[in-house]
Amino acid sequence: MEEIASGIWQALKLIGSLDPEVRRIALFSLQVSGLALLLAAGVAIPYGIWLAFSRFPGRRVLIGLTYSGMAFPTVVVGLIVFLLLSQQGPFGILGWLFTPWAIIVAQFIIAFPVIASLTMSAILAINPGMRLQLRSLGATRTQATLALLGEARVSMVIALAAAFGRVVTEVGAVIIVGGNIAGNTRVLTTAIVLETRKGEFAAAIALGLILLLISFTINIIATRLQGRALAR
Amino acid sequence: MKAFGKNVGFGWRVLLTLVALPAILLPATACFQGAERSLVLTTTTSTYDSGLLDHIIPPFEEEHNAHVRVISVGTGQALAIAARGDADVVLVHAPSLELQFVEDGNGVRRTYVMYNDFVVLGPSDDPAQASGLSNGAEAFRRIAESGAKFASRGDESGTHVKEKEMWSEAGVESVESQDWYLSLGQGMGGTLTTANELGAYTLTDRGTFLARKELNLVIVAEGDERLFNPYHVIMVNPDKYIQVQSELAGVFIRFLISPDTQQRIADFRRDEFGLSLFNPVHLEETP
Repeated sequence: MEEIASGIWQALKLIGSLDPEVRRIALFSLQVSGLALLLAAGVAIPYGIWLAFSRFPGRRVLIGLTYSGMAFPTVVVGLIVFLLLSQQGPFGILGWLFTPWAIIVAQFIIAFPVIASLTMSAILAINPGMRLQLRSLGATRTQATLALLGEARVSMVIALAAAFGRVVTEVGAVIIVGGNIAGNTRVLTTAIVLETRKGEFAAAIALGLILLLISFTINIIATRLQGRALAR
Repeated sequence: MKAFGKNVGFGWRVLLTLVALPAILLPATACFQGAERSLVLTTTTSTYDSGLLDHIIPPFEEEHNAHVRVISVGTGQALAIAARGDADVVLVHAPSLELQFVEDGNGVRRTYVMYNDFVVLGPSDDPAQASGLSNGAEAFRRIAESGAKFASRGDESGTHVKEKEMWSEAGVESVESQDWYLSLGQGMGGTLTTANELGAYTLTDRGTFLARKELNLVIVAEGDERLFNPYHVIMVNPDKYIQVQSELAGVFIRFLISPDTQQRIADFRRDEFGLSLFNPVHLEETP
């Protein structure tokens, strides 16, 4: 208990003194996960919308696969990305292994099914009659679709928040593909692993508190939005 | 509906500030600028977690305007990554694995850099009555006989390889199937923490043990020549993997055995502990 208390005290001092290394790692975590999220959203949101609106054979299978993607073990994502980006792998030529790009690729793959599934289910959750109603009121196909998307946008923000929370707290995949290189691929989670391994618990707690702060902030935004949407 | 739209706007703004802005700035940060040369070094947790590499590498980076990207894992993983051509140079401590690595054509210029030794640690009440032994194999035999807990790295690291050698020296067979034998699959630091919590025996390099002052574990056996722990640097074979930075890797190997670096290795945390955590081998002994 004493260890935890003194650890937290030292951690607060580390954060309070704005230790440049701690600050840099925190910022870098946000940057890497932010970029991965933006890229994933750019593909996953259109994909989710398309999946929600389209009708074709095999759509149910695709929806099932997209949903199951959320349960894909992230450490397996790490292993697959490692093998793909290794010099022995098909994309070794890119030279991305053990660089921030490898982390972004892994986090992209982890974020994609979360954003796609939540986007899709948000649209599907809206009263299915609404689109028909809008069409019968004289809205064009595009107008009706846009109106539906407007209704679903809160859920999409929540989808992004959920995906961001997932990738920014990811450890296993990130340490496999990034290598936890100081000043290069070290993010909050992998730094916590290292500091714990070294027995530097105060530093580990400091980094842990920052990570908590980030994921709580994101979650609070999401919950607030959800609350407003439900209270509507 | 209007108020609700406003709130979404707020959410977006917060998300944008938190996520998008730093993301857009990312490519401008240093880690994406590959202008300077870089060298990927895979190494063991003992050299990195103790702080040794952070102590000796900066002069190399300054002198050669190069960045050494250190990936600290177990010796087994360090060699496995290198054998795939994903590293330029390795610094490890498992001679049998190293020789295999070179023999398989994966490495060249294997060079002796430094040594320290392994010590057998245990709880201070010493249920296996192994303390004070200078015969490492005897200590292992007593631990096995007493059935006291033993925490193993279990990760094909240099320490794990040495531990397996010691069990076989002690004539103890199939330890993995014993219920007192805990195969952790963790780094040295994690294994020490676990052994400490469980009051288990374990094998560690002396450097990592000395660097962890908060442990309750004590040295029960040391000084056996079989517990000798040499570190070698090996360049990944540039004939096998053309992307290997062979020139810079060669410079790095020469740097490690240069008198200045060897002195820095000898001095590393020596004042703190009263002895060197790692002993250089290319330094003239003072008479």
